[in-house]
Amino acid sequence: MAKKHETPNLDQLESGPWPSFVTGLKRLAERSDMIGDVLGQLEHSYQTRKGYWKGGTLTVRGYGGGVIPRFSEVADQFPDAAEFHTLRIMPAPGMHYNTDILRKLCDVWDEHGSGLLALHGQSGDMMFQGARSEQVQPAFDAINELGFDLGGAGPSVRTSMSCVGSARCEHSCYSEANAHRKVMNSFVDDLHRPSLPYKFKFKFSGCPNDCMNSIQRADMAVIGTWRDDIQVKQDEVRKFVQERGRHEVIDNVITRCPTRCITLKDDDTIEIDNRNCVRCMHCINVMTKALSPGQDRGATILVGGKRTLKIGDLFGTVIVPFMKLDTEEDLDRLVALGESIIDFWAENGLEHERCGEMIDRIGLANFLEGIGLDVDPSMIVHPRTSSYIRTDKWDEEAEKWRARQAEGAA
Amino acid sequence: MSEQQFRQAIESGVPDAFPYMHPLMAKNYGQWDWHDRPRPGVLHHVAKNGDEIWTVRAGTQRQMDTGTIRKLCAIADEYAEGHVRFTIRSNIEFMVSSAAQVDPLVAKLEQEGFPVGGTGNSVSMISHTQGFLHCDIPATDASGVVKSLMDELYDEFVNERMPNRVRISTSCCQINCGGQADISVNVQHTKPPKIRHDLVAGVCERPAVVARCPVAAIRPALVNGQPTLEVDERKCICCGACFPPCPPMQINDPEHSKLAIWIGGKNSNARSRPSFQKLVAAGLPNNPPRWPEVSALVKKILRVYQEDARDWERLGEWVERIGWPRFFELTGLPFTRFHVDTWTGARYTFNHSTHIRF
Repeated sequence: MAKKHETPNLDQLESGPWPSFVTGLKRLAERSDMIGDVLGQLEHSYQTRKGYWKGGTLTVRGYGGGVIPRFSEVADQFPDAAEFHTLRIMPAPGMHYNTDILRKLCDVWDEHGSGLLALHGQSGDMMFQGARSEQVQPAFDAINELGFDLGGAGPSVRTSMSCVGSARCEHSCYSEANAHRKVMNSFVDDLHRPSLPYKFKFKFSGCPNDCMNSIQRADMAVIGTWRDDIQVKQDEVRKFVQERGRHEVIDNVITRCPTRCITLKDDDTIEIDNRNCVRCMHCINVMTKALSPGQDRGATILVGGKRTLKIGDLFGTVIVPFMKLDTEEDLDRLVALGESIIDFWAENGLEHERCGEMIDRIGLANFLEGIGLDVDPSMIVHPRTSSYIRTDKWDEEAEKWRARQAEGAA
Repeated sequence: MSEQQFRQAIESGVPDAFPYMHPLMAKNYGQWDWHDRPRPGVLHHVAKNGDEIWTVRAGTQRQMDTGTIRKLCAIADEYAEGHVRFTIRSNIEFMVSSAAQVDPLVAKLEQEGFPVGGTGNSVSMISHTQGFLHCDIPATDASGVVKSLMDELYDEFVNERMPNRVRISTSCCQINCGGQADISVNVQHTKPPKIRHDLVAGVCERPAVVARCPVAAIRPALVNGQPTLEVDERKCICCGACFPPCPPMQINDPEHSKLAIWIGGKNSNARSRPSFQKLVAAGLPNNPPRWPEVSALVKKILRVYQEDARDWERLGEWVERIGWPRFFELTGLPFTRFHVDTWTGARYTFNHSTHIRF
């Protein structure tokens, strides 16, 4: 039986209106020696302002990743917290559960682990926190029997995330759940057996609101969009104007359009210059009943987003302005695109170099050539400004553009 | 020797979402028409065929014991229809098929201590990292910082009275797992790593560590005849990137880890292009268990934003309109040489115009 530790700092986190993680940990400590000592170590961290976990190597049979090993550096003081590993488990796209499966997952974790579960980690995994080394395999086996699988860790394809999308959101421009599952399940080998230069993340957002923050956090972001005109219900527009007043509509919809392409007319309907609409979503977000994305829907693909380490934060860069994602063949093309990007990066990326950093190093045009995509002016904000450039094969390249234009027109 | 029969893993990957989805969501998949928000924390979606679904969103502590999850399941069974989903910010959503079920569900959640909110123009739950509880390189805690901040921002979670949605994140080292946000609370190390020269050769793959440094401040060295690494402390930016591949390069420092506040990150494409967050304050003390200096500053920034921004301006868009000098004036924060960028592309962040507000 683990001894009960005094936790004066943590006790202070039990007050206040927000649900307290400390209260849950204390409840677990009544039956889990491990959590008892984890609480003790956490209090020790609060008092000394230092962390005391170190990593290691641990996985399940046949896999190379998916488990985050943690060994205590102060195990002499907190012996039952000597091992406190996490299993990353991938939820269904959109993080849907019924109570039956959630309870079964809790049963497994009460039997084989500490009973502490984070829903969800920053990568989108269920984080089963708190297993000793010998518990990892039986816990995984039981979770695996319920139809769930380990997520990514280390230099591998990582667990993905998708928004609620088509399941409940009228802005959705493709089936996020299908695209998410199809793409990820095409890369299970790269997910379970880390062998890439560094991590690689896919994220799926159904519209340019990008609720999954894919543009800043995904090596390959799939963001829904549309090519045709915004759908307008003019009677609903009129109602909206009458309810809110012209002043509010002008200030909050018309003048907020980044390309000034909406006009409010004298009869309280609107006119949209769709050729200049950049699909930002603002007017649709505000007038949810009157406006919706067009009907010719699909996605924009951006590559190279990541956070700070090592060259600084990078946004994803457009590499496919629009692709349809309606049919199985469309999704096959999306998977093939992911494969060609990962293959090229695995071949050319340096150790610990994210895909976006490689693109920064070798140049976007070279990357596009490497994965077999043509350049397009939608991929840039503006053309180059530095005059230090050789243009030896200008005529050849210009001819490629003309040929593509002619092909597109045909 | 007899071989034990091992169970073969089923590499099932990502499971199918449809068996777990609320039946009305599965039925109307891709067929939703419009939505509104009857009250903070409640969404109402209408399908093209007239089907309606109400969603009640509640905050959780993210790090949950199975008892808490079972309690949420019991609420879902009794007051909702047995299905839940989670948002990217660890909020839980309960779906019901009639308006009459909403109020009893909200009341039950509030009674059990789960705040209902986080929708529309509110401050939603804070994007969460691991911190002292589980991370191997945390300079501070995450769950405790989040709990402390959400206690302070509770009223902004359960109301929708901000100019636009506010997304907050926390990170317990400069790798910033918490991600970009309208307001980001990040630990900033302020001292170069302390090196245990006797351990480096045995533990670290030295070329990999040298390669990891973003500013080329690390080089191989010999100390007492032992191969080790040394850091050019004038170059070092104290980022800690050398610590994971080489733990003898201890970056965590109880005294000199400080918190910094960054603002104006935005991932949505709505109105303006997505943007990165910018440094506004540093040097805040790493002060568990409640980090009062951080809460006070976050609340001050939120108050000024709330008073001064126009409808639908995200925090970064508001500052873009009023200009950075006014931001520092309104918040009373000092502007220092450290706010002037020195990283790759820094020159694009300078004012190349005479556009100045006086």
